[in-house]
Amino acid sequence: MTILTQVLNGLQLGSIYALVALGYTMVYGIILLLNFAHGDIIMVGAYVSWLVMAQLGLSPVIAIVLSIGACTLLGVLIDKVAYAPLRNAPRLSILITAIGVSYFLENGAQLVFGADAKVVPSFTDLSATGVGILTIVVTAVCTVVLTLLVQKSKIGKAMRAVSEDMGAARLMGINVNHTISFTFAVGSALAGVGAVLYTMAYTQATPTMGMMLGTKAFVAAVLGGIGSIPGAVVGGLLVGFAEVLVTAIGLSTWKDAVVFLLLIIVLIVKPTGIFGRSMSEKV
Amino acid sequence: MPSTNRKRSALVQLETPNLIPERDLGHTPVLEAQHLGIEFGGLKAVDDFNIAMGRTEISGLIGPNGAGKTTIFNLLTNVYRPTRGTVLLDGVDTAGKSVAEVNKMGIARTFQNIRLFNDMTVEQNVLVGFGNAMTTHLLTDMLRLPGHWKQEAEFHERALELLDIFDMRGFADTWAGNLPYGAQRRLEILRALATGPKVLLLDEPAAGMNPAETEELMENIQKIRDEFQIAILLIEHDMSLVMGVCEVVGVLDYGRIIAKGTPEEIQNDPKVIEAYLGKQEVN
Repeated sequence: MTILTQVLNGLQLGSIYALVALGYTMVYGIILLLNFAHGDIIMVGAYVSWLVMAQLGLSPVIAIVLSIGACTLLGVLIDKVAYAPLRNAPRLSILITAIGVSYFLENGAQLVFGADAKVVPSFTDLSATGVGILTIVVTAVCTVVLTLLVQKSKIGKAMRAVSEDMGAARLMGINVNHTISFTFAVGSALAGVGAVLYTMAYTQATPTMGMMLGTKAFVAAVLGGIGSIPGAVVGGLLVGFAEVLVTAIGLSTWKDAVVFLLLIIVLIVKPTGIFGRSMSEKV
Repeated sequence: MPSTNRKRSALVQLETPNLIPERDLGHTPVLEAQHLGIEFGGLKAVDDFNIAMGRTEISGLIGPNGAGKTTIFNLLTNVYRPTRGTVLLDGVDTAGKSVAEVNKMGIARTFQNIRLFNDMTVEQNVLVGFGNAMTTHLLTDMLRLPGHWKQEAEFHERALELLDIFDMRGFADTWAGNLPYGAQRRLEILRALATGPKVLLLDEPAAGMNPAETEELMENIQKIRDEFQIAILLIEHDMSLVMGVCEVVGVLDYGRIIAKGTPEEIQNDPKVIEAYLGKQEVN
């Protein structure tokens, strides 16, 4: 394996982590919730792809559209059903609910699809390198679009306003519930894109696949500074590279440990992450 | 000083226990509260609060700490749901409306403890307020269609014009959190004005200001009323401001209005002197 291949692998894996981390970071940014069910949304997206292509025999394009659509809807639905009723509850309640939703999705998938891995047919005729490049390009485009959305659009301003002061935002005429739903929709759509790109590369769907993927993306988000969009991308790429590097030097069994070690170091050295700003609570 | 030689308007008694300036006669009061009350666990925080405001009236609400002044603002903006009574905004009942909807109906406020969006620039804070007036579709913004640029240019200009009122155009690109204290208070007023209110509620606008700044604020409050032709209701502890700028003053004690009248009448009302000013001599 050449160094170039390894760099490509690192960028590819990192891109997927980045996409998932963006969803984490957006939801955290707006309602300060670590949405532990976020990784499992990817799992659902992967199963939708499998259903559409392997079971129904439809084209990959339909699979992509339906996967992203299903993830988007699921994200909004989870917020409406599980999180919205707890908007004024202590943050711990909603955090535990998120863990509950995660278990529900994992075990629900196991019940419906069985515990064994399903093989997702290939989406394209692209080589592994081609898929890698596609993943990187799609992630870059998503990041740019998301940044423009948050910085430039009216709903983006509303999102930033809600994330800073929900009460004041309401009094400025911002519909907070719509804004939060929109944030979940965008974050989950990105998870849907991540699901498609992940299954393109790794061609498998299992009920618990979202768990490690979600946790790694969470590490990426914290590494970059949770709440920060560039932070999520940089964090994702770092985690991806770290894994590929550790695997390349023949210590692949250690790759998860290295990622979490990275998290521990960041939490000790710079708890707010690379792009995070220290937050001083108002007295 | 302009505020002292300003001609005071004559007050007219309405059928309800309310006064409005003579010039606003013949129009429906812009804001009316009838028998408004709220209880917190049996404690009557506000009891039988009545107000009718003329369309261009500047009125003040004074009272000792804990008298229920800010609670009234929260009732008028639907942040709290009243236990009893009705709020009519330009003749329309606000019951059942969300906080954001009430803002869109024409009521905006500032906060006792400043609640700006500190991670946004001064101009962006104002633009959040202009959200009510922005009409382009999300896709127009995302795809950078001509409508987006047109609207962006229009509201950029409108934001700067609004900042001109308080000579803050030069601060447009400053982070709101980095503004000096007095400028933050002024920006809060501008942000509220950007939402296009018919009634502006100011919660202790002079808090923390020195006499010169308070004097300037008085002029600005009148300037806003004259330019925008809106009603302004303010809560204030600074008597020079209340007496200098308000046409009607209501005195609140233990959640009830105990006196209402022109500043001169209030200053000489024995009930007010007893409840509000205590034993202090008033001359």
